[in-house]
Amino acid sequence: MIDGFLVHALLAGLGIAILAGPLGSFVVWRKLAYFGDTLAHSSLLGLAIGLWLQINLTAAVVMSGAILALVLVSLQKQKHLASDTLLGILAHSALSLGLVAVALMDNVRVDLMAYLFGDLLAVGITDLIWIWGGGAVVIAILVWKWRDLLSATVNEEIAAVEGVNVALMRAIILLLLALVIGVAMKFVGALIISSLLLIPAASARKFSRSPEQMAGLAILFGASAVCLGLSLSWFKDTPAGPSVVVMAALQFVFVQVLPVSKRT
Amino acid sequence: MSVSLLTLQNVCLSFDERRVLDRINLSLFPGQITTLIGPNGSGKSTLIKVILGLTKADSGEIERRAKLRIGYVPQKVNVDESLPLTVKGFLKLSRHGSQQDLPQAIELLGIESLMTRQVSKLSGGEMQRVLLARAILARPQLLVLDEPVQGVDINGQIELYQLITQIAQSLNAAVFMVSHDLHLVMASTDHVICLNHHICCEGQPESVAQHPEFAKLFAGEEQQQLAVYTHHHHCDDHDHEHLNQHQVVTEEDNTEHS
Repeated sequence: MIDGFLVHALLAGLGIAILAGPLGSFVVWRKLAYFGDTLAHSSLLGLAIGLWLQINLTAAVVMSGAILALVLVSLQKQKHLASDTLLGILAHSALSLGLVAVALMDNVRVDLMAYLFGDLLAVGITDLIWIWGGGAVVIAILVWKWRDLLSATVNEEIAAVEGVNVALMRAIILLLLALVIGVAMKFVGALIISSLLLIPAASARKFSRSPEQMAGLAILFGASAVCLGLSLSWFKDTPAGPSVVVMAALQFVFVQVLPVSKRT
Repeated sequence: MSVSLLTLQNVCLSFDERRVLDRINLSLFPGQITTLIGPNGSGKSTLIKVILGLTKADSGEIERRAKLRIGYVPQKVNVDESLPLTVKGFLKLSRHGSQQDLPQAIELLGIESLMTRQVSKLSGGEMQRVLLARAILARPQLLVLDEPVQGVDINGQIELYQLITQIAQSLNAAVFMVSHDLHLVMASTDHVICLNHHICCEGQPESVAQHPEFAKLFAGEEQQQLAVYTHHHHCDDHDHEHLNQHQVVTEEDNTEHS
């Protein structure tokens, strides 16, 4: 017997995997792993703001993530501190600030564990609309701008001379990243969401000969990690988000020891 | 003389109050190959970025022909190993180039055999050819190359310069390129500009090679080869501060060599 909420969880997880494949590939190519982590950690702050203003929490998290992404880009233009220092400061202070702010609101009771580590089994219809609706927007933008996004990732100067707005491409990637992290955070958790972007794409690299292949394979790896992780969670009563990440990590390890045929 | 494609007038640019480009005047004409030479850190790459429109000048005038099509070969393109990309995929990233242009560019540069190779695995010379192919997909009126023969062996360098000359002719494009070695480009360049933040001297390659400013700039490496007159003492008729700095470096170099 399969319960309704398991179906919901599967649909949510698969939706996130479809988004995480191509965006995670960009995270790998553009070396944005730390950036994604910072966005994810600071989504707790967005959550606190959402609770305080009493607005839709997913919307609050997405909005604050988008604003933070733009702030980070402008902060990175200063030269006094390396950007990993800056990201480290922001990630953990925003996370802590979020935790403190939520604790200070005494009329609010939220299960913080659910937001830190996710709760894939608590997905409602509204959440599914967010994931698949937001996801359709993300995919549409990726498909529409794919060549320019890729061109700017390979070499910004050549792309710029050919007429690509490289600053816009950078902003698009970061904003889509903020969007995906925002809608997925509730299910996979602020602390581990960026691994779901990173690990399937990293696993896919070994078998790919083109960027499109890598993005597609990353979707497959992500989707299978979601199915395996949810099964583990269902049968062994483990937390869903971490179970999915563990499965993705096992896939990655397995892929590394696999021999790959060298075609050149 | 034909109308210039691009003209710079009195262009200046400073980074952190350090003047990188100082009153640069230059014009680029269709079919003409201009070579920019100068020591490391003399502002060559910055000047290229200003010409490409990637960097804004602080002052001065830049006139570009309307809808000027530029092809650009950067100094170094490192495609990260994490990004799987074949040569064909790389060329198809170009915003330009019809179905016809691509095979033509591939044939012109002789890179048919590279098409299924991964970009991250190419050798220096192979990469330069691929970059050139991508640049000419734009059917450029102006081809800008930043040290196009870097990391290429000497035979490959001569071959590449020939190829660039050939391309410039067939497209009737202006070429603006940075080079380290005047002797190699001598045969394939019409105009040489010698840069050390300001334009020290310019003209036909032979005349620049004889120019005392050129000799001074490249004293350490070039003087033995060229055997032109250079002076090691500080000259009163020069009031450029940076030249003094160069002489100091030169003298140190000489002591190391002896």
